[in-house]
Amino acid sequence: MMIKYIFYFLAFVSVFSALMVVVSKNPVHCVLYLIMCFFSIAGHYILLNAQFLAAVHVIVYAGAIMVLFLFVIMLLNLNTQSEPHKSTWLKFAAAITSGLLLVILVGTLKGSETMVMPLGNPNAGLIKNLGITLFKDFLLPFEVSSILFLVAMVGAVMLGKKEIK
Amino acid sequence: MQLTNRSKVVSKKEMTFAEKLYFPAILGGMGITLKHFFKKPVTVSYPEVKRDIAGVFRGQHTLKRDEKGAERCTACGLCAVACPAEAITMTAAERKKGEESLYREEKYAAVYEINMLRCIFCGLCEEACPKEAIFLTDRIVPSNFERDGFIYGKDKLVEGMNENRVDVTKRQTEEVNEFKKDKHYAHNK
Amino acid sequence: MISFLIYKTILVIVIFAVSLVVAMYSTYGERKIAAFMQDRIGPNRAGPFGILQPLADGVKMFMKEEIIPDVSNKALFILGPCIAMLTACMTGVVIPWGAAITIGGEKYSLQITDINIGVLYMFGVLSIGVYGVMIGGWASNNKFSLLGAIRASSQMISYEVAMGLSIIALVMMTGTISLKEITEQQAGGNWNMWNVVYQPVGFLIFLICAFAETNRTPFDLPECETELVGGYHTEYSSMKLGFYLFAEYINMFISSAVIATLYFGGYNFPFMHDLGLSENLITILGVVALFAKIFFFIFLYMWVRWTVPRFRYDQLMNLGWKILIPLSIGNIMLTGLITLLRQKYYF
Repeated sequence: MMIKYIFYFLAFVSVFSALMVVVSKNPVHCVLYLIMCFFSIAGHYILLNAQFLAAVHVIVYAGAIMVLFLFVIMLLNLNTQSEPHKSTWLKFAAAITSGLLLVILVGTLKGSETMVMPLGNPNAGLIKNLGITLFKDFLLPFEVSSILFLVAMVGAVMLGKKEIK
Repeated sequence: MQLTNRSKVVSKKEMTFAEKLYFPAILGGMGITLKHFFKKPVTVSYPEVKRDIAGVFRGQHTLKRDEKGAERCTACGLCAVACPAEAITMTAAERKKGEESLYREEKYAAVYEINMLRCIFCGLCEEACPKEAIFLTDRIVPSNFERDGFIYGKDKLVEGMNENRVDVTKRQTEEVNEFKKDKHYAHNK
Repeated sequence: MISFLIYKTILVIVIFAVSLVVAMYSTYGERKIAAFMQDRIGPNRAGPFGILQPLADGVKMFMKEEIIPDVSNKALFILGPCIAMLTACMTGVVIPWGAAITIGGEKYSLQITDINIGVLYMFGVLSIGVYGVMIGGWASNNKFSLLGAIRASSQMISYEVAMGLSIIALVMMTGTISLKEITEQQAGGNWNMWNVVYQPVGFLIFLICAFAETNRTPFDLPECETELVGGYHTEYSSMKLGFYLFAEYINMFISSAVIATLYFGGYNFPFMHDLGLSENLITILGVVALFAKIFFFIFLYMWVRWTVPRFRYDQLMNLGWKILIPLSIGNIMLTGLITLLRQKYYF
């Protein structure tokens, strides 16, 4: 019973903060709302008994990536005055595109209403089971994703390097 | 000219690997601080413990009285002239009948003020005084919240009677007495 | 259910109070130790030996005028120290402060919660700790504060990586990330020595990173007085400043506890089961042992602070990225190799 209320609370917080990310004018506020959103999502993970995922989500997204976001935004010193003016056409096009996206999302979710999710092992999110799954059943995709990171790292080093003339 | 043999020639050579680890150096430094940890503190807890000061320490001034308790100062103004910081002002007045026990000579200082914020405690006033009236003592001028509080009038400067007399014998060493005999050395240059 | 709630509530309050008191007296200890290392006496006016000094400081902090700059972002300005204090107090939850105490046939563990992701939880809290500094520094709308905040965040992110990697080697060795289990594995007898014996390099890296994460000298660049006035808390006054300073001392206490737990056997002490003592007595002695270890590390923090000068910023980054991270990766490889060899040849 309690879990239900916690779920509703977290859902409210995540939806509210996600909306505020889009609505708020100040970019720093946007980032802070995004961090709040990440925290509530981490809470959802814990409700699903995926503690490892929750912790890693907080460490990686809220703790590292968002700090870098905040870092850059603070340095750029963005504010409402310096924001470039967007033309009416652009706003119109954006409204239509996002409206279409909303229609698609609603359509998809409506279709999935009748679908019953197969209930797997409830402890699948625990660190031991997750490790075994990752390194046994999904070893290849897991390693391939690490190559993706390697590529990203090489790219970052290339961009950051001084140009040799 | 070499004064000590402690100087070291600075070399800019590459550090060896052991030096680059830094840990030996850091541990050495920590050893030094730990050694100091057990040393006796050198602090003097001031109001309770007072450091010894020299006998000829120059602190807050006093205006002396003579043996009978009359003020020695005759408001000649030599101290004010000698004062390099211009901290001393005074107003002279004539002694009335019946005040002989209060003032030693016919002229006396009705007002005598020293601005302790200006005073540099050089002791030239004491040197200039022909009447042995003003002396610097080993007392320290206390702090104050107001600037006005640092202008010391006669109420604070003139020494008390009987047991409240201020002892200045420490300042009257033989050399001082010898020097005081020949006044023209002091301020006629 | 009710008794469980009461027991947990009492435990939480006790641990919270203990961390506050320890942090309070760390400020006193810091000043005393600094004084002794510089041949001085230190605070000695408030009470005998000045032991009431922290109270006097606290009263002073509360009584001071509260200034919120006009140009600051007020909500965030207030949020900053709140986050700093919150995250500082949160980590104490997963640390096993002692084994279980038996009262009336009922066992009461001296750990608030033994979640099976203990180490990860610790890191999660650590990584949000930087927001307190960043938000406070940015919201002050002051160059020095912003510089301090930016320094703090980049320093913390950099050293978190090396810290995480140094822990991974330990986790590989122990096979668990629950702090309780890590502690129990270091219990005496059968060559179960403290982890520092098996992981000296990992411990050293962890220690250095802990210094950097708690913003202590030689890594106190976010708040260096000589360069940035006060760093991220330049604009803060009164108890908000007090919270920032206090959070630093709580962090120091908690990180000392984590070091003691991970590498120095936590509440275990030598020959604990060979002396024939009763269970409860062993637990109490264990708590005392843990606190002795913690106080040693707090002393170490202060000892280093009054010995080593501050790093330059590029030196700091070089040390973090070019030395500590490769070293910790090497440590992981070595640990993995030895673990594999042990499994193969059973030694």
